[in-house]
Parts: sequence; C-alpha cells; structure tokens
Amino acid sequence: MRVPIGWLAEHVDVPAGTPVEDLDTAFVRLGLEVEEVHRPAEVTGPLVVGRVLEIEDLTGFKKPIRYCQVDVGEEQARGIVCGATNFAVGDSVVVALPGAVLPGGFGIAARKTYDHVSDGMICSVRELGIGEDHAGILVLGDDAPAPGTPAGPVVGLDDVVIELAITPDRGYCLSMRGIAREMGTGLGVAWRDPGALTPPAWSGEPAWPVSVEDADRCDRFSMIAVEGLDPTAPSPWWMRRRLAQSGVRSISLAVDVTNYVMLELGQPMHAFDRDRVRGPIAVRRAREGERLTTLDGADRALSSDDLLITDDSGPIGLAAVMGGASTEIGDGTSNVLLEAAHWEPTGVARTARRHRLPSEAAKRFERGVDPAMTVAALVRAAALLAEYGGARVVGSLVDVDTRGPRPTIALDPARPGRVAGVAYPPDRVTELLSAVGCTVDGDAPLTVTPPSWRPDLTDPADLVEEVVRLAGYDDVPSVLPTAPPGRGLTERQRRRRAVGRALAEFGYVEAPSFPFVGTAALDALGLAADDPRRQVVLIRNPLSEEEPALRTTLLPGLLAALARNLSRGIRDVALFEHGAVFPGGERSAAPLPGVDRRPDDETLGALLGAVPEQPWHVAVALSGHREPRGWWGQGRPAGWADAVQAARRVAETAGVELTVRAGDRAPWHPGRCAELLVGGRVVGHAGELHPRVCAALDLPARTAVMELDVDALPPAPVPAGPRLSSFPPVFVDLAFVLDEGVPAAAVEGSIREAAGELLEAVRLFDVYTGPQVGEGRRSLAWSLTLRAPDRTLSGEEAAEVRQRVVAFVEQALQAELRG
Amino acid sequence: MSGANDPYDPKQVAALSPESLDAAVAEAQRAFAGAGDLEQLAAVRPAHLGDRAPVLLARRELGALPPAARADAGKRVNAARVAVTEAYETRRAELEAERDARVLAEERVDVTLPWDRLPRGARHPLTTLTDRIADIFVGMGYEVAEGPELEAEWLNFDALNIGRDHPARTMMDTFFVVPEDSGLVLRTHTSPVQARTMLSRTPPIYVVAPGRVYRTDELDATHLPVFHQVEGLAVDRGLTMAHLRGTLDHLARSLFGADAVTRWRPSYFPFTEPSAEFDVWFPEHRDGPRWVEWGGCGMVNPRVLVACGIDPEEYSGFAFGMGIERALQFRSAVGDMRHFAEGDVRFTSAFGVEQ
Repeated sequence: MRVPIGWLAEHVDVPAGTPVEDLDTAFVRLGLEVEEVHRPAEVTGPLVVGRVLEIEDLTGFKKPIRYCQVDVGEEQARGIVCGATNFAVGDSVVVALPGAVLPGGFGIAARKTYDHVSDGMICSVRELGIGEDHAGILVLGDDAPAPGTPAGPVVGLDDVVIELAITPDRGYCLSMRGIAREMGTGLGVAWRDPGALTPPAWSGEPAWPVSVEDADRCDRFSMIAVEGLDPTAPSPWWMRRRLAQSGVRSISLAVDVTNYVMLELGQPMHAFDRDRVRGPIAVRRAREGERLTTLDGADRALSSDDLLITDDSGPIGLAAVMGGASTEIGDGTSNVLLEAAHWEPTGVARTARRHRLPSEAAKRFERGVDPAMTVAALVRAAALLAEYGGARVVGSLVDVDTRGPRPTIALDPARPGRVAGVAYPPDRVTELLSAVGCTVDGDAPLTVTPPSWRPDLTDPADLVEEVVRLAGYDDVPSVLPTAPPGRGLTERQRRRRAVGRALAEFGYVEAPSFPFVGTAALDALGLAADDPRRQVVLIRNPLSEEEPALRTTLLPGLLAALARNLSRGIRDVALFEHGAVFPGGERSAAPLPGVDRRPDDETLGALLGAVPEQPWHVAVALSGHREPRGWWGQGRPAGWADAVQAARRVAETAGVELTVRAGDRAPWHPGRCAELLVGGRVVGHAGELHPRVCAALDLPARTAVMELDVDALPPAPVPAGPRLSSFPPVFVDLAFVLDEGVPAAAVEGSIREAAGELLEAVRLFDVYTGPQVGEGRRSLAWSLTLRAPDRTLSGEEAAEVRQRVVAFVEQALQAELRG
Repeated sequence: MSGANDPYDPKQVAALSPESLDAAVAEAQRAFAGAGDLEQLAAVRPAHLGDRAPVLLARRELGALPPAARADAGKRVNAARVAVTEAYETRRAELEAERDARVLAEERVDVTLPWDRLPRGARHPLTTLTDRIADIFVGMGYEVAEGPELEAEWLNFDALNIGRDHPARTMMDTFFVVPEDSGLVLRTHTSPVQARTMLSRTPPIYVVAPGRVYRTDELDATHLPVFHQVEGLAVDRGLTMAHLRGTLDHLARSLFGADAVTRWRPSYFPFTEPSAEFDVWFPEHRDGPRWVEWGGCGMVNPRVLVACGIDPEEYSGFAFGMGIERALQFRSAVGDMRHFAEGDVRFTSAFGVEQ
C-alpha cells in the first residue's frame, strides 16, 4: 500500500514539519512495515504555472508541432515550442523556464528548434518525474493558481510516498481510511474518517432489480445508477496524480473514480455500462459449463465454486475479483451502474487463486473489507462523478443487506498483562481497545464488540495483541525463563555433526546444494531404467522444468559443485555434502484433519505415515590431487581409494565397523567400485566414477565419489576400554603370494582368524606384482604384532602362531609364503 | 707389584710421592687440554684414567705403606685422581658443547617451508552457525527437535492456523508435490516442527529446530529458493512475552556480543499472537553499529495449542524463527546470497571447521 503523505495529511492532522523519519518510525511501531520511501526526483530552478494564450500549429514537419504563447506571470508572454496537442488556449500548464533542471539532469535553456526560439518547456508528468503518463503534457484544472505561481507545490512535487507492507490480518490498512485511523492513534493527533458519509435522499424506483442467491458469500450488495456522465470528461489532475502515486494507471473518469474510492475507503467497486446490462442482476454460483470473458480479455471456464454477478445474458462479472467484458464501460458510456458489495473472504481467495487473478479488489476482499462501507463508497463515487463528469444519480439505492450482528468477545481485563508480562490497568485496556474502534462494556470480563472493519478480531488473543501493540512492544521487559534440564543432543544429531567435522578435518569442504534434479542428471549418472533412484518425488511447480524432482542421491548436486569449482580454475577439489534425500514411490495421501482439536491417533498416524522417510546421506567427490605437489616431491592424485577411505572415516566416526567388498553399481567404474557394508547390510558405495559418467558430466577422468546412508548405520555400542598389556610384543612379517583376485580383506580376515587372541594388530605394508611372483598373482606383505596380556611371549609361542597363520592362509586362499 | 705384607720399600712406592703424583696430574691435564675433539679425548683417556694410568697404579701401592703413612698417601692419591677426572670432564664438556653447537648449526632448516601435504577441509558456515545457535539453546536446557523437509501440508499450514484459503498461504510461495492430493509440500518454514513437537511431547516443552526450508523464489543475489531457519518453541505454565524477549536477548548477546539486544516491531504470523518481527542491535556491522532485521516471534496462538492438543488455559508458549543466511550476511559480511549455494571451496574454506 502506497501512502502519499499529502493525501494522508488531508485526513490526519500530521503536525506541520513532521520529518518523514518520524512518520516512518510511527508506522513501524504500529506494525505497518515501511518497505520503501519514495521521494520525488529533484527539480531545481524556475518551474511555474503558465496559461496558454495562443497556439500556432506549425506545418511542414513530420509530426504536429505547436508554437505557443504562454503567460508565465511576466510582463510578456513567452514563446514555447511544444510537440503535444492535448491542450487548448486557456489551459493552465506547468512551464520549466530556462535555468530549470528536471529529473535526470535535464537542463532547460532557450534554444532554437523547428525554426522558432523556444523560451522554456511545457512539461508532461513524466518529465516532472511524478508519473509515467507521457501521452501529453500536464494540464492543470480550472482551479489552478495564477500564472507565475511556483508549480512545485501545486503538482505535489515535494510529496513523499511511503510504501507499506500490510500483513494479511490488516485488510483495513489497504485504504487511506485505515491508515489514517492508525496514524491518528499512533501520533496521538486528530483524524477524520473519510467514510463518515451519509447518502442524500435518493428516491424513486430502485436503481436496478437485484437478487442475491448466495447470502453466505455475499452479505451485502449495494448499487446506484447514474446517468448523463460525460464520457469524454477527463479525470481531474489531482486524482490522476494520487492514482499515479499509488501505482494505479489512469483510464477514464468512471474507472478512475472507482479506483480512487477503493484507495480512499478500502471498498472495491465495479462500474457496469447500464445500457449493456440485460435484465435483472442476480448474484449466484456458476453453473456447469458457464464461461466468462473478463475485463483482461481472458475467456474463463467457471467452476461451480465461483461466485458470479449475472444478468439475463449470463455471467457479467466474477464477483469480488474482476468484471466481465460484455458490460465494460467504454468511450461512449454515459449511464453507469455502480456496485459496492461485501464478499466472503475465503471464497474470493479460492476464485482468485483458481483463475490466477490476484486483483486489487480480490486482495482486499481476501483480507477483509469493512461491510459498513458499501453505501459510503457509492455516495463518494457519485459525488465525484457528478462534480467532474456531470453525472446524476437516478432512482434509489439498492442495498441487499443480510449481515447478522457482530458476536461479542468476553475478555478478562488482566489477560493482556498475563500474556505480555506487563501490568496494564483495566481502564488502559478499555482505552486501547476503544482506539482500535471496539465498543467495550462491562468490567470483568469486558464485553468487547469489534468494529466492522476488523473481521480479524474474533478471539480474546486477537484483542490481547491489539492492547499490547498499541501500548507499545517496547514496554515488554526482558526476563530469561528457566527451562527444565535438557538431555543435550541425541545420538543421531551428535553423529551427524561428528561426520561433518571428521570429513572437514580430513580435507573435504562441505558443499550443500539444492535438492532439485532432473532426468538429465540421472541419465548422466548412467542409472538403469529400473534403478530405484529414478523413482522420484515430483514438484508440481518447479523453479525449472529441467529439474522438477527431488534428489534421491546426493551425487548430482555434489558433482555439479565439483564441476563448478573446476570451471573456476580450482584444480584440486575434495567436497562433501550431507543431507536428506527423498525416495519416491507410491504412498497414500496425507489427510487434512480439522484444527479445532488434536487429530485422533489414527488420523495423526496416517498423517505422519504419509510423509516419506527422508534418509540422511553423506557423499564425497574429489578430483585432482588429494595431496598436492610440493617441495617434498610429487603430489598424489585423488582416486578410488580416497573415496573408500572417506567411507571408512565416516564409519569410524560413527563408531561402527565397515566392511568393504567389490561392488558394481552406477555411476561407479565396475572394476573400481566398493560396496560398503555394516553388519551385512549394504549402506553405500565408493570408488571411481565410470569413464562414461565422467565424459557425460565433463569431469576429469578418475574422479572419485562415495555415498553412504548415515541413517542406515546402526547405533554405535558404548565402547569398552581395552585391557592394555605391558608385556613386550613380538613382530612377525609375512608375505603371501596369491591369485590377484583374492581381496586383501579376505587375507586379512584369514590372518585374524588363524592368529587368534594373541594378535594385537595386523597391517598390510606392501603389495607387489611382477615377474618374481608370476602372471596373475601378487604378493601381499603383512606385519603382525603379537602380544600376550599376562606374560612375555616365548619364541616358541610366537613361532607357533606364525606357523598356524601360514598354514591357514595357504590352505584357505591357495597362497604360498614368499621366502 | 707389592703385596700387603711385603716389607716397606720406598723405591717401589715412589709412585706415591707428591712429586710423581703432581707430575701425573699435570701430564693428564696437558694431554686432555691438547685433545682437539671428542675422539682424541677418548684416545688419550686410557693413559690417564684407564687401569694402567699412573694415578690408578699409585693407588694400588697404598697397601704397601705402613698404616701410619697410608692415610696421608691415600689423600694425595685421591686428590690426584679427582684432579685428573675433573680435567677430563671439563674438557669433555667443552668438546661436547663445541660439537653440539656445530651439529645443531649444520642441522638448521627453513622452518617457513610449507607442509600442507593434506590440506584441511571446511564445514559450511551455515552448518557451523546452525550448530552454534543450537548449542546456545542446549546450554539453556533446550533440546534440538527435527522434522522432514518434505512435510505434511497439514503440519506446515493448517495446524499453524493457516487455513486453506488464508492469504498467508498464498504468500508463502510454496512448492507443491505431485500428485495434487498428496497432502505434501516442501516445508516453507521450520514452524511445522513446532506442531510435530507439541503433538509428540507434553509440556514443559523447550526445543529449538534448525533446518532447511523452501520458497519458490528464483535464485539471485538477495533470494534463495532453499534456505535455512532456526525455530524455537517454549510451552510452559506462565510464559509471557517478557520471557520471549529475555530468550532472544540472551541469544543475541551470545552470538553478537555483550552489547547486542533485540527490538520488536508488531507484525503478523497466523501461528503466533501477538506477533512481532525482531531486529538485533549489531555493534560489529561492517558499516557501523546498527539495527538489523533478523526474524519473527510471538506468543503461540491458542488455536495452534488447541490443534496440537494442549490446553491454552493451562499453558502458554512463545515461538521464534530466524534466517541463518541472514545472520551470516551481517555477522560475516556476506554480500551475495548465491555464495551460500554455489559450493565454491574458496568461500567455504574461509570459515574453517568451526567458525
């Protein structure tokens, strides 16, 4: 809502000289957020009112050019060349004299143009920086001051517009009337209600036959008829100016008046061309198959939930939202039916949403319009049309009013204090509620009748808010409550934090990405048609049609971030992300129970059960060097092993034992993919990307990735402290030559199994392939640490363990001990 | 060699004479002083301190002396031996010091050489700041509550007093999910965690819920379609707006310094009443101390308590929520929102593992 301060000051006694900053503060304290303060562009130098004395039409040019004599209050008229034609001799205009500088640094000087010296410029609103209208120059009304009067104040050049963000509960503040009420209270000054208008004694036949069939959604429908409107009469300058300040385009007097009254009183109105209305008007729901062409030219299929204004021809307006084209007022309209009604908000919201028509009228009705304003709006509009368009009201007022009495609210006067933690005396509570417009009776409890323009006030809590707000939030003291002791983070929360911290310490940089994916990203990963990761949750209104789904794997986002870093010239990149993924699949719809009580357990179960599991995954992706080249020597390129090690680090951090075995899964290289298991359950994969995936994503060869389902990791057991032996260890080195296909993990497992309890540690320290061990075979060299808990191991005991291990591994894995 | 019972023979015990002992000591001192390094010192040591060294041979002769002469000679021999040993130790200490100085000088390295063989990574500042805020509340006794990002529409809206046709619903710029009747949305705020918490716990409730939320805003320098909030909820007997302010002030001081306080502006959220937006006084702002907008707060709307099965006559509550990106923007002077979403390692690395 844009509030021109000049307009506001018409209704509120804003103390003269109040700085804009003070108004800004007052608005904010009232809960009217100031979005922007629009200050007019600066005009310097002589800018005066002029009166056109003579017009000479110049010929021989490509466009019409006029050479005018303009009285600017000097002894002699000035000759000014002008390209506009929308003015006549006798009109008052705004003249920028030589020396003036208009917005944009446009300096005015006497200069020769079109064979005449132009001694100034006749200005349009756009040239003055006060509007967009450039169709012609600004013609002031008959009430313009004398030639030579400084024009700045006349056209409101100095008028500041404060743009407010109005919250949805404060529909009444979408009008100057509501703003004036708030500011009167906020500044503690007198204000006048522009809606306090009483209708003249209109008499005669009702303006038009009207019936309202759906009183639940239209509890008041008021209408008058006017005749004799001059369709060519322009809207007065001040009205166009205020509309422009409010961001509304000027169209014609009749339309401008309805818009102006809406801005002033908050009551949206509609003007029908009376001569195009066929028969009685009925307000009813749409019927199956009905259509309506609205003012914007759109032909709309109507829903049976849409409320219509109809005549014998069918729909002529989408109630509260937009009028129909068939009865639109046009260039020749002189007889008009003016409608002002009150519509039920949620129905308006549904229609506006269904037809994607967030009109100014709909916006107001959705947020609540004062139902007491319909007739006042008609009175105001009729007066404006009479004054500026020569229209006269014919017949009497139609006012179908089925409103019930406003329910009262019982309020314990101590309640606002209990909520705020501030003691408000009861008479202060009454005073503040009265300032809002409530009628307050009784004492304990108070019986409060909210005003007609505040449909949002229905509960005691609503009244509490008004009291605390108007008393001022600054009155609320600061007291820290004492919460009962908490239990700290859950295991799951601690684990997530620990995993992130471990990977960061391990060299990975966290790169959270948006969880939106498209088919292209899943194709690039080489996922098979039946891969479960292709079962996605689709978004109905995605930001990009290319990425309409939620991720089922972290890899697309992470690889995109990797590519982005590489494209920015960073060569060695190691990234991680952890976050939720969203597996798709069939599931039942979540119910939408009522909100007047807690849903029953069955409904609540269905509700929570309909929300899919969203497991927490962790993933890494790395490319370039894992260890950089340095003065110590060559760097070490990142590879599959780093990805596997990242998984091991995650598992260690989580306190669970990870098993690694060869796997085969997209998007990994089939020969360089590790399947990650915990307790026999596959929890993720790690390794090198498939070369085709690298090519598809334009990533360097050997890019390595890991993805693991953190939520699939079982809870970590509480670690038991190990018994530490202080007896000396015996170190045994063994190298086995085996078939290349035997995994190192299998050898290690066999060693552990055979060595038994005396084995303290085992570590692979060398892998050799080459002629010494033969084709298709490799040597794995292990270092074993043996130690007994209670004695120094004898040479015989150590030899026995060694013998046992050698025999077992040779037998179990067809290995031979390398001599 | 003389035995103990041998008759006294002054010639054979000439070694015990003061002259010969002095000579032996002087000879040893010369020899040690003449050793140029530890090796040479070691080479001359046996001649003066070894088994056949004069002072040690002299000692063996003591037994040959009559007891009356023995004590006197013994003192002389000991003094001589101590003098030789001292001479040796002194020289050895000198030579060791020389050697150490030389070797340590030779072993000098350039300690400024870099050794970043395994560069550290970083956690995202959104993560670390979220943790920090959660920790502040955990310190106050709060627990951290969670909820899913793909959320039931009823919990995201209806339970929070945002009815089907409420204007606030359309203002939320919601991502909806296929099919149309799924009843699911990408949560537009962390507030559904309030409803989840109240439906699953009984008061007193003190929880904080950080998380990721969604709005259909195109990504640009000032808008993110996916961003992060922290939600707080307290439901207990006798909670007032004063307690809400105290809690927010405490958070502000913990995060932004002892001088930080909050300021409230009346606002509207369907799920709180009264509602306020709050600003925080941030003395460290790069453009000078100032109020910065941070979040929204209010007393839990009794309607929300009712929908979640809590008696509003017995309990009251407060709730608040703020943007993590917003806090990072002013706390860490981040200008462009897109930096949060791009995953550029240069941005994230600047924040380290714990900011």
